[in-house]
Amino acid sequence: MTRLSLTLTPVVIIGVAIVLAVLNLATPTTSALHVSDFVVGLAGKYLCYAMLALAVDLVWGFAGILTLGHAAFFALGGYCMGMYLTREIGARGVYANANLPDFMIFIGWKQLPWYWHGFDFFPFAVVMALIVPAVLAAIFGFLAFRSRVGGVYLSIITQALTYALLLAFFRNDMGFGGNNGMTDFKDIAGFPLNRSTTTTALMVISALFTAAAFLFARWLVGSRYGKVLVAVRDAESRTRFLGYRPEYYKLVVWTLSAMIAGIGGALYVPQVGIINPSEFAPANSIEAVIWVAVGGRGTLSGAILGAVLVNFGKTVLTGALPGAWLYALGGLFILVTLFLPRGIMGTFTRRGAGAALPTAGEPQGLAAIDGASADLQEAGMHAAGADVEKTA
Amino acid sequence: MSIQPIGAASNDLLYLSGVNKTFDGFKAINNLSLTLAKGEMRAVIGPNGAGKSTMMDIITGKTRPDAGQVIFGAATDLTKLDEPSIAQLGIGRKFQKPTTFESHTVWDNLLLALAGNRGPWFTLRARPKASESEKIEALLTTIRLREHRHRLAANLSHGQKQWLEIGMLLAQDPQLLLVDEPVAGMTDAETEQTAHLLRDINRTRSVVVVEHDMAFVRALGVKVTVLHEGSVLSEGTLDHVSADPKVIDVYLGR
Amino acid sequence: MSICSKKRPSWRRAVRTLLLAAIMFAPLARAEAQTSSPAQATADPYAGLTSTDFDTIVAGVNQIALTGGARARTVLGALGNNDLYTWKYPRPDHGLFIHDPDTGAWTNARTGAAIATPPFMAIRKVIANDMVTGAIATAMGVLDLASPKSATRRAAAEAIFAAPAPATLPVVAQALAHETDPAVRKALTQAQAADELMTPSSSVATRLAAIHVIAARGDLTARNELASLSGQPKPVATAAAAAIAHIDFTLKLWNWLETAYYGISLGSVLLLAAAGLAITFGVMGVINMAHGEMVMIGAYVTFCVQQVFRAYAPGLFGTSVIVAIPAAFAVAGLIGILIERCMIRFLYGRPLETLLATWGLSLILQQATRTLFGAENQNVATPGWMSGYFMLGGLTITLNRLCIIIFAFAVVGGLMAVMRYTPLGLRMRAVTQNRRMAASMGIRTPWIDAMTFGLGSGIAGVAGVALSQIDNVSPNLGQNYIIDSFMVVVFGGVGNLWGTILAALTLGIVNKGLEPVAGAVLGKIVVLVLIILFIQRRPRGLFPVKGRAVET
Repeated sequence: MTRLSLTLTPVVIIGVAIVLAVLNLATPTTSALHVSDFVVGLAGKYLCYAMLALAVDLVWGFAGILTLGHAAFFALGGYCMGMYLTREIGARGVYANANLPDFMIFIGWKQLPWYWHGFDFFPFAVVMALIVPAVLAAIFGFLAFRSRVGGVYLSIITQALTYALLLAFFRNDMGFGGNNGMTDFKDIAGFPLNRSTTTTALMVISALFTAAAFLFARWLVGSRYGKVLVAVRDAESRTRFLGYRPEYYKLVVWTLSAMIAGIGGALYVPQVGIINPSEFAPANSIEAVIWVAVGGRGTLSGAILGAVLVNFGKTVLTGALPGAWLYALGGLFILVTLFLPRGIMGTFTRRGAGAALPTAGEPQGLAAIDGASADLQEAGMHAAGADVEKTA
Repeated sequence: MSIQPIGAASNDLLYLSGVNKTFDGFKAINNLSLTLAKGEMRAVIGPNGAGKSTMMDIITGKTRPDAGQVIFGAATDLTKLDEPSIAQLGIGRKFQKPTTFESHTVWDNLLLALAGNRGPWFTLRARPKASESEKIEALLTTIRLREHRHRLAANLSHGQKQWLEIGMLLAQDPQLLLVDEPVAGMTDAETEQTAHLLRDINRTRSVVVVEHDMAFVRALGVKVTVLHEGSVLSEGTLDHVSADPKVIDVYLGR
Repeated sequence: MSICSKKRPSWRRAVRTLLLAAIMFAPLARAEAQTSSPAQATADPYAGLTSTDFDTIVAGVNQIALTGGARARTVLGALGNNDLYTWKYPRPDHGLFIHDPDTGAWTNARTGAAIATPPFMAIRKVIANDMVTGAIATAMGVLDLASPKSATRRAAAEAIFAAPAPATLPVVAQALAHETDPAVRKALTQAQAADELMTPSSSVATRLAAIHVIAARGDLTARNELASLSGQPKPVATAAAAAIAHIDFTLKLWNWLETAYYGISLGSVLLLAAAGLAITFGVMGVINMAHGEMVMIGAYVTFCVQQVFRAYAPGLFGTSVIVAIPAAFAVAGLIGILIERCMIRFLYGRPLETLLATWGLSLILQQATRTLFGAENQNVATPGWMSGYFMLGGLTITLNRLCIIIFAFAVVGGLMAVMRYTPLGLRMRAVTQNRRMAASMGIRTPWIDAMTFGLGSGIAGVAGVALSQIDNVSPNLGQNYIIDSFMVVVFGGVGNLWGTILAALTLGIVNKGLEPVAGAVLGKIVVLVLIILFIQRRPRGLFPVKGRAVET
């Protein structure tokens, strides 16, 4: 099954994307087979979420780091792309100023701040969408992993990180459009965003990047590095006594994962046409975690499946019963953790256990407890350690 | 197996002197001094709370002592190093509870333990090598898990896990092995095999065994150190320490 | 000042006379003095108001203050409110009319007698500019100095102090000579000192003494008054500079105290929000992301209790908040027990899963609140005894904040007492320290788990009662506190209530201390970043639980 999903997943992703693209572009709008721009746009959006889910799964499923702040990296990638798209508007803005974005003129700025330089150049923006999340992740990860902050403590400070960024990006004088963020984009690399060929192309590119991110993640977790990573997840202190330095292993996957999230965000912004600070909201990051949990933590195809399924459900439900979505999402969190701890892929494929979770919920005896108690004690939660014994 | 005489200082592999460690008012290690010669096997016994595990923690860098010296080999001060550095120096540790990587196969457990570069950049590019396979095959024979190589560690029996962990220890190719209660929960036959295995290992490496099982300690037939309240109470052959009135008083006699 | 009088009314008359004399020579009056004769002014103190010249109007206002008689206050009030009219073209009667905008009635300004509506083409409004308004304020002050109410006299003295004019010096001195109320005397002394500084003829010694008096006052008004003396001759200017330095220091001190107070106030809010979490997370190790919603539930219970009081016992509304405390504790506590029994107990030892499941629960609770009560803010009233404020030196202490500070410490104190002295607390500590041992001694550990979680949730509900008094009661109430609460508990050291207190106060004070420097939002960001860095330095918080249990 693992072998199969190795080749199957990217083929399915790209295949579906091409079918949607063909049905959108090659069929007349009157045809029953026609796929609207709206559906293509949704598919593109889901694929960006799938990249975020892959990023979360890499660190949570394979390194045991429950991140509650990964949407921050997604949003940072998005902001980098948003800055490029804003510069592309040029003199077509409300104030018709080719040198300054509208919102800067609005708050009375006279010239472009230094950190905006270069963002009118597309390749630069793309590179920054990778580098900015990577640098933030590297600094944060270095500090956190070196001092052995783990378990829920790490989760809480990742949440604080994205919360701090949320507050920061709300400020007008940060120079990123404050509350309103950036929107009204006109075109990307010369292609008008409102054209259906552009929409379709962006969706297909998202599919290609998702497939590439999947293959990269597959290679990463299949390498000996990935095996060490899973070892760190299951018994961190044991790896230390074998001579490994878990902090560097975590740092590498954490940074790479932030970059994948950054790409997802960079592709997301031109497709939804807006980026604002609400993308940093802690709730977004936690929602990404539940996509992974639904699909199957520790299975890469599960992360993609979960992101697409949950978001599809969100689209359908918010359209049909707007008030019910939060009940459904909340219920999903509870039901999945209580009754489906391995997620869909983990439950329905035997070798989802290739990354089998020791804390998966079945009474596996000591193993389950060891994993958890190591986790807790790393964090110094001696009190919770006592609770662990109860399960024993 | 006869007791190895304590050699000259240059022959010492591990040297603990005046080590102290207090946890929140509780003196876990109290002025502990201990010397282990190259190639020696030592059994450490003592009642619960005597400081056996804390001593292991101090040697392996998990716990930093409040005072005292811990010297490995010629002049390496272990108190200045962290766990990975100490492991890479050649000190391996087996825990009381078998700790293997549950979601990896027996083979992968051994592969990860195999001596070599531990950096992430190396492991990212590492490819399976014939020399590694040979070593793992040899280890599988030693720990009698040849037929189980593709099973997940989580699915092994308790005794098999203990052995897998010893196998991982050997894969590290350490100069010194610290083994914490290796036969806890083993059948008599397994215990005997384990004693045999440890004696085998001792041909090329130094070993410290912490154990409660007196029959096992007797089967090892090595010098015994009795710990009590964080310091050495008595040292010598098992018969010698068994006859020591102090030992009888605190440990055996009760 | 040698005018003596035996009875109060007479000295008050004397004050007015004196003031009149003073005003005649006041700089403000110079324009009028040139154009109209004193005799005419004396004959009709109101005539000045009919002028179109602002200086003349000001002089008129001053005269009215002294000799306007019973109508003075009414006329000046009407002038201030732009309700005073006069002939568009001067007539010999110098007519002045007051128009009451509410009733539309017209009265003769001088007599108060009702009159027919004047032909509106023939009249115009008497315009009061800033200068005139200032003069009205001073004039009202002078009138008030003769008031029988001491509070009014004191306020009048304060007003003169705030806008000193040499012209008022004699009247102040006169009033001071007869004043018996110490507080009013103090205010008058200060007003006198301020006037003396403004009077060109005052001697250096008088000025130095005056500076001393003003400096002792120590507030911003005093500082501004002294700052205007920098151009004066050397000894005076030097003394003023020294006094300013002293005042600046005092003001800074009050400023610090104020920041500290605001910090403690914020800290007590954080403490309340985090107290329940210190039990569920700190003691039990359960990561309850729905903790904020327990707080929110407490706030909604307060709302419901108030609704009941509004409907059935409006007379007892003041006690509604008190009644809400046990109600919120019970409701939130029961919901907490329910959550523990139905969900959390299946997740012990799996903190990350607990985190996700309780997050889901928080979404459901928020949405349920939205369904039941709507998404808008609910009107939770502050009872009368909790509103208002008092001054403590330079500090303004609002009663609701003070109540919350006291309440927060009472709640944590109570919590500590429960943990330390009650059988439940003993069992809780036993279970968290060694579950198996506790179980084997006959403690029903699952029951203790449920009770502990219920206690933590109940405390969160009680916090909700307090927070309903200072924050918007909406379904999002809890979300605003959840990150802060976790920060407090983690910063203070898990499982340590003293650490929680210290952490809450520290975070509150640091936050408020940074606000003036960095702004509210940036201050909060800085605090978050500092905590993130702190946790990475000391992962176990300010007061880690020590011992071997943690090490091994």
